[in-house]
This record gives sequence, C-alpha cells and structure tokens, in this order.
Amino acid sequence: MDQLIFFVNKVLISGAVLGSIYALGAIGVTLIFGILRFAHFAHGDMMTLGAFIALVLATLLAAGGFAAPVPTGFVVLPVAMVITAIIALGLDKGFYAPLRKRGAKPVTLLIASIGVTLMIQGAIRLFFGVDTRSFFEHETKSIIRIPTDAIGGSRDISFTEPQLLMIVLTIVLCLALHFFLTRTRLGKAMRAMADNADLAQVSGINTALVVRVTWIIAGALACCGGTMLALDVSLTPDLAFNIELSIFAAAIVGGLGQAYGAIAGGFLIGFAETLAVFDWSFVLRPLQPWLPFHVDVGLALVPTEYKLTVSFVILVIVLLARPTGIFKGASS
Amino acid sequence: MTVRLSRAALLYAGLVLLLIVIALLDGTPYTTRLLVEAGAYALIVLGLNIQWGYGGLFNFGIMGFLMVGGAAVTFISYPLNDKFWNSDGPLLLGKALLAAAIAAVIILAARQVHRIGIKGGWKTLLVTLAWFVGYVIFRSQMDPATASIVKNAGFVGGLGLPVLFGWAFGGLVAGGIAYVIGRICLGLRSDYLAIATIGISEILRQLIKNNQWLTRGTLTVSPIKWPVPLPQDYQAMGFDTQTSLLYARGGFLLVVAALVAIVMFLLIRAYGGPWGRMMRAIRDNYIAAGSMGKDVTSRQLEIFVLGSVLIGVGGSILVSFTQIFDPNSYQTINHTFFLWVMIIVGGAGNNWGALFGAIFIYVVWLMSEPLAQALFGGISYLSAQIGWGAIPDIESRSLQMRVFVLGLVISVALRYAPNGLIPERAQRGS
Repeated sequence: MDQLIFFVNKVLISGAVLGSIYALGAIGVTLIFGILRFAHFAHGDMMTLGAFIALVLATLLAAGGFAAPVPTGFVVLPVAMVITAIIALGLDKGFYAPLRKRGAKPVTLLIASIGVTLMIQGAIRLFFGVDTRSFFEHETKSIIRIPTDAIGGSRDISFTEPQLLMIVLTIVLCLALHFFLTRTRLGKAMRAMADNADLAQVSGINTALVVRVTWIIAGALACCGGTMLALDVSLTPDLAFNIELSIFAAAIVGGLGQAYGAIAGGFLIGFAETLAVFDWSFVLRPLQPWLPFHVDVGLALVPTEYKLTVSFVILVIVLLARPTGIFKGASS
Repeated sequence: MTVRLSRAALLYAGLVLLLIVIALLDGTPYTTRLLVEAGAYALIVLGLNIQWGYGGLFNFGIMGFLMVGGAAVTFISYPLNDKFWNSDGPLLLGKALLAAAIAAVIILAARQVHRIGIKGGWKTLLVTLAWFVGYVIFRSQMDPATASIVKNAGFVGGLGLPVLFGWAFGGLVAGGIAYVIGRICLGLRSDYLAIATIGISEILRQLIKNNQWLTRGTLTVSPIKWPVPLPQDYQAMGFDTQTSLLYARGGFLLVVAALVAIVMFLLIRAYGGPWGRMMRAIRDNYIAAGSMGKDVTSRQLEIFVLGSVLIGVGGSILVSFTQIFDPNSYQTINHTFFLWVMIIVGGAGNNWGALFGAIFIYVVWLMSEPLAQALFGGISYLSAQIGWGAIPDIESRSLQMRVFVLGLVISVALRYAPNGLIPERAQRGS
C-alpha cells in the first residue's frame, strides 16, 4: 500500500502538475500555429515574462500588506494574464504583423520569433537580474495531507496547496477554452480559420480579429503556465527556455493546430517525463526475492539529467510513426 | 550588379578599416586573437550558409555541433591517460560495447519477426519490448564501467594524436550526428527540423556534460594543443611576451585563414556549378525540383551533413584555440542564435555576405562589451547622482543588454534588410 501512495505522490501528482503547465503552454503554441502557420519560439519566454509580471504584482501586494487565504501568486494571476495578453498583442503588432503584411514566409516569422526570444530574455535579465526568485519568500507553501489509514497505508498522500490550485485552474481554463471554441461565434470563426484561412476570409470572418484573439488567449495562458511553473519550483530568467522543447513536443504530439491535442499532449509529456525519472527502487524492493537483480537506489529508467531527452524521444517517435500527431493536425 | 559588387567591396573596406583601428587601439596580439576566433566563426557561418542559404534548412542546434567538435578535438589530441589504460577500464568498456551489440541484435531480430508470421500490433509490442530489454542490458554493463573509470582514472583521456586529426574528427562526428537527425526529420515540415535540432543540441549538451568518463564533464580538460607552436614555445626560444603571442597567434591565424580560404573557394565553385543550381532549385521550389527528377530528401540530407561538418570543425578550432574544453561555457544564445544573427545580417545564400557577417558581428560583439559597461556605468552613476542609488549588479546586467540588442538586430534586419547586407544575387550573369 505504501508503495502505491509513494507512487501517487511522486508520479501522479507531479506528473499532473507538470502536464498542466505543458498543456497551457502547448495550447498557445498550437493555436498560433493553427491561425498564423508558424512555430512561435518565443512562447517559452512569454511564459517567463508572465511569471515575472505576476511576481512583481505579488511583491507589490505583499508590500501593501495584503494577505489572502490563497498564495498571492494566484490572486494576482488574472491581472498578470491581462498584462501578458496585451504584451503578446504588442509583440505581434511590432514584430510579426509587419512581416505578415509583407507576405513573408512562415520561416521568416519563425526567425523573427527567435529575435523576440532574445529581446525578452535580455529585457528580463536587464530588469530582474539573473538570480533565482521565489513566490514564497514571504509566505509559506502550505502542504495538504490526506491520511490513508482507512485503506491501510501508513503514509499520507501529500501535495502543496499551489499544486492543487494549479490542477483545478487548468481544468477550469481548459473547459472555458472548450466552450469558447465550440459555443461562441468567435471560437467557431477561429476553428474555421485554422482549417482554411482563405475560405474563412471570403466567408466574411474578420480574420484580423481572430488573430488578435489568438494572441490574447495564447498570452494569457502562457502567463498562467509560467506563473504556475514558478509557483511550483522557482523563478529563473531561463525558466521556460528549459521547457520550450517539452511544450513544442506536446503541441506536435497532439497535432499542431489542435487545441485538444495540445492538452492531451501536454499531459502525456508531463507524465512520461515524471515516470521516466521516477526511482523505482522503493516500489520494487518488496519484490526483491523474485527479481533477478539487486534493487538499488537510483533505479530510474532515465537519469534525472536527461529528463529533457524523454520529450525529445517521444517527439521523434511520433514524428516517425504519425507525423501529423495523435490528433491529426496540420500537415503542410 | 556592379552596384552590389561595389557595395560589398565598400563593406569589406570598412571592415578592414575597423580592424586597423582596433589594432591601433588594442594592440596587434589582441587583434590576431580576434581574427582567429572570427575566422572560426566564419567557418561555422559558412557551414550554416550551406544549410540555410543554399538549402533552406534550419539548424538551431549549432551549439550541440560545436560541443561535439570540441569534445572530439579534446579526445583526439589530449595526451594518453595511462591510469585509464592500465586499469580495467578498457575491459569494462569492451563489455559495455558487447552489451550494446547484443542489444542491437535483439532489436534487429525483433524488427524481423514478421518473417515468422507475427504482424501488426504484436510486432510493435515486440519491438518496443526489444528496445526496453536492449536498453536495460546496455545500461547494466555501461553504468559500472563508467563508474569505475571515473573512480579510478578520472576520465579516458585522449589519444595523443595531432590536433589537425582532431579537427577532422570533430567534423566527422558532427556530420554523423547530422546524418541521423536528417534521416529522421528531413522530409517532414521545416518547423520540425528547427524544433528537433534545438532538442538535439540540448541533449548533446547534457550528454557531454554528464558523461564524465568520456569528456571529464564540468571538470574541464586543458591544455589542448595547437596545430602550430604555442606562445610558450616562442618564449622558450627567447622572444618577449608580446612578440611570442603575436607569432604564435599569427601562425594559428594562418592555418585558420587558409582553411577558410579553401572552404570559400570550394563553396563558391559549388554554388555556381550544377550542384549549387540544383540545391537552389530545391530550396526555392522543392515540388518542381522533385518533379524534375531530383531526389529532394537525399540532397537535403547531403547539405545538412556537409554544413554540420563545417560547424563541427569550427567548434574544434574554437576549443583548441582557447585550449580548454568547458561544457559549461556553452550557451544557446552565444553559440546558436549569435551565429544566426551573423548569417541574417551578412546575407544568407551569399558566401561573401556570410563571411562578412561572421567577422563584422563578432568584432561588434567584442567591442560592445566595454561599450555596454561604460554606458550602463554612466547610467548607474547618473542614478546615483540624482539620489536613486547605483543600480545593483551593473556589470552582469549591462552584458545582458547585449542579448536584447542581438534580438533587436534580428528583428530590424528581418524587417528592413531581409536579404542581409550583401544579399544573394538573384540573377547570375551567365
């Protein structure tokens, strides 16, 4: 029983948290790809930027003597999301829209997004320095414990309060996105444009508005994902750069352009990474008499340093076996 | 055409003038060092130019290839490590190699099970299982081997061969890795290659950093030899410091310059020849090129490998010039995107543009360091004067400013000079 609880604590909970973060990032990547047809490399840095905006707001609130029952990071999140969405719109207006107007190829936009990446990274480090920061410098991360005596366990199922809020928030956001895409006029217009931009335009859909909405959603979700990552671990300027590959892998695995695919892909990558670096020794130790090898500490499928390899390997397998992703995304 | 030619000539003349000014201000040894490094970068950018300029292929994994080149030259030219060869390390490594071979046989056998009538989902299951079993077999032998080597000998050391072999080996290994990536990702949509190369460069970085038995990881390896006599050798002959630095670096510069000249010559020949025309046809319209009977994917593989070889050689040269291989010193911004700035500003598809971009941007990058520090020092001083207090960590922050400027340069260049300073000539005079 204890083994199962250990597994739940180590794999299910952290996998779900990681999956939520990846899913929120991947939705943005996939929406931008579906509407604008280019891989937006600056997405990871938009997440970092959103997290820093949330941190600044949280610090201001804390300095103002504000105290809430939930971590301050979550209180300021809506405001930070709005600000990041506006910044995303500004980035589009300043750097991508002129290139699109010129009729530049998607490749050029991709390189432009590298330029934006560097600018955001430079700006973040310029203003915030290179140190690691935390949302929990002035408040404590409360841990929720669920005793398992009833089912015969001696350990508690434990997770932090932010982790619980994150998963709930992700579910809420995903549901909201679902209703937006299927029930509203604008959402349907968005899906139409992702399917065929020219056809959407001739049938009277305001494509400029759709593009704006895409950036707003992508920016807001990126801010949310970035802040969640910062709340779960800590905030460094290169925070999202490290998860960029995982986010893109999630978007591709789910099928580029497919919002639901991105959610599924995010959780798939999140769980796969957690499972791969999970130390099996504790779970396998009771089975020692039946095993042909000695169960030692550190019996993970992949050493932690190579966590990144997992998403890459999944990406490669998907590219080889099903290049359009498991949900059949844009292929050309 | 004459207008563009004179523009290129003007730009190069300006560059030479800039170098002369630097030489007068900072001394000749410094300028030689700058030129050697710029030459190595030029080689790398030429490699990128083959991939991106000739073939329209992304490579955002330059850093990985540079690290591979560096590790390769370290392995080839570093002296033999007797401790390793006298321990049971080679034996253990041999066992690991044997395990890898057994794993490969198992996987290959599993892939052939359709011959005995196992098909579809069962075959996929068996192949997956074979990969897992093979992986476990390999790890069971490899882990003790590496642990023993790290404990007893530190790392495997080198082979003690001449440095030039190391450079060639660096190119070879980088080309081999490019072949594998290309086989997987070419033929899919181009964005996938960009993402895959970013991924592979991160993985190569982790591998090189963490495989302490092979590369000594973060403990760094030095000194790595030069293909020409070192400054110390000249000093031993009785020259003073400045002269010996100049002679030694000058010698190195000659080697690098000769290499760049040969590569430039070959590339320009190839660009104008049937091979270059075919590559451009594939880049500009691969569907049309395919319908004319060109094997698009294997041609793209060809240029991807060729470009990566040059990038690997450039990486080897950089490491052997600084004489130290430190996996921690590699950063995506400085070793991948920086080179993209060079080629975008210089002019993709034009070798003279690529060469100009590499040298010019590198010079500007080095010069901008004191400039940025002076600028920010001034701002900090001002803010201290008006009572806001000095800005903390001004040194490191001012350096970050340069990253911002790099990004701005990319954006501005894409918007106002999308073809670079010395653009590719659209029409060739026949």
